[in-house]
This record gives sequence, structure tokens and C-alpha cells, in this order.
Amino acid sequence: MHIVVCVKQVPDTKIIKINPRTNTLDRRSAPAILNPYDAHAVQEAVKLKEKLGKGKISVLSMGPPQATEVIKKSIEIGADEGYLISDRAFAGADTLATSYALSKALEKIADELPIDMVLCGKHAIDGDTGQVGPGIARRLDIPPVTNVIEVCEINKQEKMAVVKRKLTNGYELVQVKLPCLLTVEKEINMIEYSPLPNMIKAARYKANIWTVADLGEVDKTQLGLKGSPTVVGKMFTPPKLEGGKMLEGSSDEQIAQLMEVLMERKELLNVSN
Amino acid sequence: MIEEYRGVWVFIEQNDGEIEGVSLELLGAGRKLADKLEVPLAGVLLGEGIRELYSKLIGYGADIVYCIDHPVLRDYRTESYMKGVNYLAEKYKPEIFLFGATPNGKDLASAIATDLSTGLTADTTMLDVDVEKRLLEASRPAFGGNIMATILCKKHRPQMATVRPKVMKALPFDATRQGEIIEETIDLSEETMRTKVLEIVKDVTKNAKLADAHVIVCGGKGMGDAAGFQLIHDLAETIGASVGGTRDVIEAGWLPHELQIGQTGETVTPKIYFAIGISGAIQHVVGMKNSELIIAINKDPNAAIFEVATYGIVGDALEIVPKLIEQFKEQQKSMGGELNYA
Ligand SMILES: Cc1cc2nc3c(=O)[nH]c(=O)nc-3n(C[C@H](O)[C@H](O)[C@H](O)COP(=O)(O)OP(=O)(O)OC[C@H]3O[C@@H](n4cnc5c(N)ncnc54)[C@H](O)[C@@H]3O)c2cc1C
Ligand SMILES: Cc1cc2nc3c(=O)[nH]c(=O)nc-3n(C[C@H](O)[C@H](O)[C@H](O)COP(=O)(O)OP(=O)(O)OC[C@H]3O[C@@H](n4cnc5c(N)ncnc54)[C@H](O)[C@@H]3O)c2cc1C
Repeated sequence: MHIVVCVKQVPDTKIIKINPRTNTLDRRSAPAILNPYDAHAVQEAVKLKEKLGKGKISVLSMGPPQATEVIKKSIEIGADEGYLISDRAFAGADTLATSYALSKALEKIADELPIDMVLCGKHAIDGDTGQVGPGIARRLDIPPVTNVIEVCEINKQEKMAVVKRKLTNGYELVQVKLPCLLTVEKEINMIEYSPLPNMIKAARYKANIWTVADLGEVDKTQLGLKGSPTVVGKMFTPPKLEGGKMLEGSSDEQIAQLMEVLMERKELLNVSN
Repeated sequence: MIEEYRGVWVFIEQNDGEIEGVSLELLGAGRKLADKLEVPLAGVLLGEGIRELYSKLIGYGADIVYCIDHPVLRDYRTESYMKGVNYLAEKYKPEIFLFGATPNGKDLASAIATDLSTGLTADTTMLDVDVEKRLLEASRPAFGGNIMATILCKKHRPQMATVRPKVMKALPFDATRQGEIIEETIDLSEETMRTKVLEIVKDVTKNAKLADAHVIVCGGKGMGDAAGFQLIHDLAETIGASVGGTRDVIEAGWLPHELQIGQTGETVTPKIYFAIGISGAIQHVVGMKNSELIIAINKDPNAAIFEVATYGIVGDALEIVPKLIEQFKEQQKSMGGELNYA
């Protein structure tokens, strides 16, 4: 079983700060991390490999040279091999161009060893679209199942898997033929502590780095900024909503005023008979 | 030629013959865009045995309903739905195509945008159109701050977007509206499907709770610690409300993740919303700003939450919330009733 996990390097949005005067991202404040959902995807690949007794886990990332850090992090969790596609030509990609570039790299990886399953995160915490996974599945013409919270069964002989997919209220059990692409939710597993040998391997690991030229036949008009139909038109602070009546006085006075307002709607509160 | 593309389309999501709320909201939002562009608004409906839904879509604002009724389309699956929707889009060429940002809507929209080689804006919370250029202006919250980004798709058609549930408004149902039904057939066979839905399990207890709550007490990081956050539970229990939290609260482990309100959590529209110790980041606000009455308590007078609040109190929540609880208990006593946690 060959599982390939797509992993993205993202700024830690918990720490990100916006400069209120210029409305721009203060990147100095944001360290780069492995997209948390992708960490769960790598962990799931490790679990599946253990369950099946053998297999290979590769990870693939697109990004600047320092994105090798997230490949190392993936090796730490338990991936066997890592690939980074890195080239100026990829820069400025929207999700359409991103899924194109990643699918070309996946085709090349599959030339060496056929792929049985591609795993992606549900979304990346920076771009936050969740569109890249389903896009890759389309391009490779393999069935996608998004929002997976459990891989219930995997049968290499029958070439199929049964997974649980989260819905707005509830879930569904889906049987899917391999090869397939899954995008995973955080609930799918807990990230485990990395065993020491993995940490040592990760520290020394040198990822395979490919440029556009390494990818074989690629339509360059579909890459990066050129291949991106969407553009950011403008950034703005959202229009202020009306409202905004500040209650005045001491805190007791404010509470009294608030109670008055709330008692007008008391049928909604647990104070009516 | 992008001039060939005309009309505004909404993908109608249905489960078991029930139309998702977001689809009706999108007919409301789509109606405005279609009127500005002076083109028809169409609903796109796929499924099995869906004919009785046609008039509903017209009544909620559609001029045209494109539909495919087929046994293979009974349950949503990317491969079968994609085939059907692609067929319609290639044949009738809409200029704008909207989907609900639900698991199925996002999944389907991503696949279709890839096939049609066009742009797809994710998780939109504001929609407008530049009439002269016939450009959809789809805006979405971006990064960690109070910033919106407007995404444009200038040279490709259709212009696609997924839209968050509960931010747009459905029109009132109008039974007198007239419209056109266009039924299409396509070749689909179960044998060629690579996925099969074995079972659908509805877990209404989990999400419906927050989404349907009339009163929500939502606490933020400003409650200090888990012990401070207990005050949020206490207030909610006193007034019979549901509890919610910001993402930072979920990440701190004070609440389970299904109680997160905001862009990556639940979108809620209660009648009363308490925002306590919450700064009011855009990702939180998009999930609650359509609440009827919003009461904010924050010790920072400049906190962004006050911009969406109907009433604001500047002060220490750890001091104010216990007093509020006490006041409610007084009220309950004066009503002569024991507490009643129905
Ligand atoms: C503010 C802002 C708004 C944007 N809005 C849009 C928009 O509306 N539409 C649009 O098309 N683009 C948009 N983009 C561009 C988009 O973020 C990039 O195309 C990005 O490269 C991929 O999208 P994502 O981060 O949303 O990934 P997602 O689709 O959320 O990622 C899902 C999964 O795909 C895999 N993946 C994604 N990127 C990579 C990668 N580089 N390497 C390896 N695996 C990866 C990972 O497994 C990841 O978990 C926006 C960007 C910004 C900054
Ligand atoms: C892609 C993305 C998606 C996100 N999705 C969500 C989402 O779905 N939901 C969400 O909530 N967030 C989301 N966030 C995070 C969001 O940007 C904010 O970081 C988060 O909402 C802040 O939570 P908070 O208001 O609880 O905490 P803080 O921002 O830390 O605010 C705490 C507030 O409490 C006040 N305070 C402190 N002490 C007291 C006191 N004693 N009494 C009264 N007030 C006090 C402070 O003045 C401050 O305003 C997302 C972020 C990103 C980047």
C-alpha cells in the first residue's frame, strides 16, 4: 500500500498579527508550521500502515525551499519519504493551479511506485478553502471522499475502503474504490509522540526537491499566478454594523439597564412562568 | 468567449427531499445579483423523486429550475452529481454559480471548478456584482485579523463561489411566482460508480443544539481560565441558554470543538446572544452577527465586538457575570417559581 500525504507549510495563524494601520500581515510574528490537519493526515497514514503490516508513506509539499521543514516534521510523525516541489513558476497559485501542480508531482511519484491512496487535510489554516484535495482527485480521476473522521476498513485485495464522512448533522458511511483521495478532519486521530528513531531520521533527512523541469510534461500556463483564475481584488475592514449602544454608569447601573432590556424578551429566558 | 455565459445559478442541496436552508438563502442572494445583471436566476436540482420541490424553488425566487431526476442521484456523491451538474453548466453556460459552503456543496463546487477550469471563491460572506464588468465580487474573511478579501475571477466563466450558511437571507415564499422547469436526462449507471453510500446516520443532537438555540451565552478567552469559564456555564444554566465558545476557548480545552462559533465552527442566529470576554475577531463575528440582540461584555472599550453589539458593557466579566446571575435568580424568585430547566 502506497499512501501519499499532501502537506502544506502555513503561518501559525494563532500568532499572526495584522498591522491595524496598513491592514497587512505582520509575517515576522508568524512562525511557519505544518498545517495541523495535514499532521493528522500523516498520523492516519502511519496508523493504516501499521494496521496493514506493510506499506510506504510518502509526503508531498509545494512551497519555498524552507517548506522542507514540514517534510521533516512528517518524517518525525512516521513518513518514509518526502518530496518538495519548489519553483518560482509555482508562486501565486490559487487552488486550481495548486491542484494542477500537485497532481503533476503525484503522477511522477506514482511512476516510481503506484499510489493506492492520497490523503489531504480538510483545509489549510491560512488559505482555508478546502478546495485543493477535491481538485487533485478530479485531476487524477480518482474518487474523493472529503471530511473523513474514520477509516473503518481497508481491503487491499478487494481494492476498497470504507470510511466515515462527517456531514452537517451526522455522518455517512461510504465505500470507495482504491485508489482514492481522502481529506481528513482533526477528529480522525490523536497525534502521537514521535519515537526517537523517527526524530533522528527526520533531523538528517534530505527531501527530494523538484523544479518544474523535473516534472515531465507540464502545461506552464496552468501554473502559479498565470494559471490562477482568481485574484484578490482588494482587502478591506468589514463595514461597521449598526448597533453599538454602550451602557453607561457604574457596573451596577449598567447591569440594571441590561436587565431592563432583557426583561422585554423574558419569554425567551428562564424567568417567565 | 465569456460573453456567451449568462445567468445566475444556485446549486440546490437536498437530502431525502428536504432542501437545505442555505440553498434557499442563496436563491435570495442570487435574486439580487440576477436583478442587477438583468438575467434569470436558476436553481439546479439533482436527486431521485424530486419533482415536488420544483414549485418551492420558484416560490423562493428562481425563474428557472434545471433538474435531473435519476435513481443513481438519490444520495449525494461527488462523481454522479459532478457529471450531472457539469453537463448542465456546459450546455447552458451560467456566468455566476453559487453553492452552499456545506460539506457536500464545497466538495461538489471544487470538483466542478476543476473540470470547468474556472475560479472558485471559498466561504464567501459578502456577495456583490460590478454590473458594468459583470464581475462577481465575492468577499471572505482572511488571515487572523479583522480583514476581508474580495476575490475576483475576471477571465473565466462561470464565476463560482461557495457561501457560508446563515449569512444571506431567503426571500419570503411567494406561491404566485411563475417559472420554467427544464428537465434533462443523462446517462448514469450504478456499475460505473466508484463510491457507494452505505448508510447515513443523522446525529441531530450535536449541531442542531447550537444552531437552533434561542439564547446563547458565548464566552471568550477573556474569562481567564477554565474556572472563570465556569461562569459562562452558570449564566447559561440560570437562564436556560446554550453555551458556545470562541476558537481560542476550544483550543484551550475549555469546551468541546462542536461548540465553537464562527467561521470554522457553527453559524448561529439566536434571538439573544451574549458575547462575554470576546474580542470580536472577524472569524468569530461572521458566525454570530445575524443574531437579533447581541450583548457584549468586555473590559476593553475599543474591543471590536462592541461594533456588532446591540448593547455593550465595558467592565470585568468576572465581576459582572456573577451579578447578572444573581439578578436573574432574584427575578426567578419574584416570579414565584423554582428554577425550571426544561
Ligand atoms: C486571504 C486568501 C484568500 C484566498 N482565497 C482563495 C479562494 O477563494 N479561492 C482560491 O482558489 N484560492 C484562494 N486563495 C489561494 C489559496 O490559499 C492557495 O491556492 C493555496 O495554495 C491553497 O489553498 P488553501 O490554502 O486554501 O488549501 P486547502 O484547499 O484548504 O488545503 C487542503 C489540503 O490540500 C493540501 N495542500 C494545499 N496546499 C498545499 C501545498 N502547497 N502543498 C501540499 N499540499 C497542499 C493539504 O493537504 C491541505 O490540507 C486565497 C489565499 C489567501 C491568502
Ligand atoms: C482561519 C481562521 C479561522 C478562525 N475561525 C474562528 C472561529 O470559527 N471562531 C472563533 O471564535 N475564532 C476563530 N478564529 C480565531 C479568531 O481570529 C480569534 O483569534 C478568536 O476569535 C479570539 O478569541 P477570543 O475573543 O476568545 O480571545 P481574545 O482575542 O484573546 O479576546 C479576549 C477578549 O477578552 C477581553 N477580556 C479579558 N479579560 C476580561 C475580563 N476579565 N472581563 C471582560 N473582558 C475581558 C479582552 O479585552 C479581549 O477583548 C479563526 C482564525 C483563523 C485564522
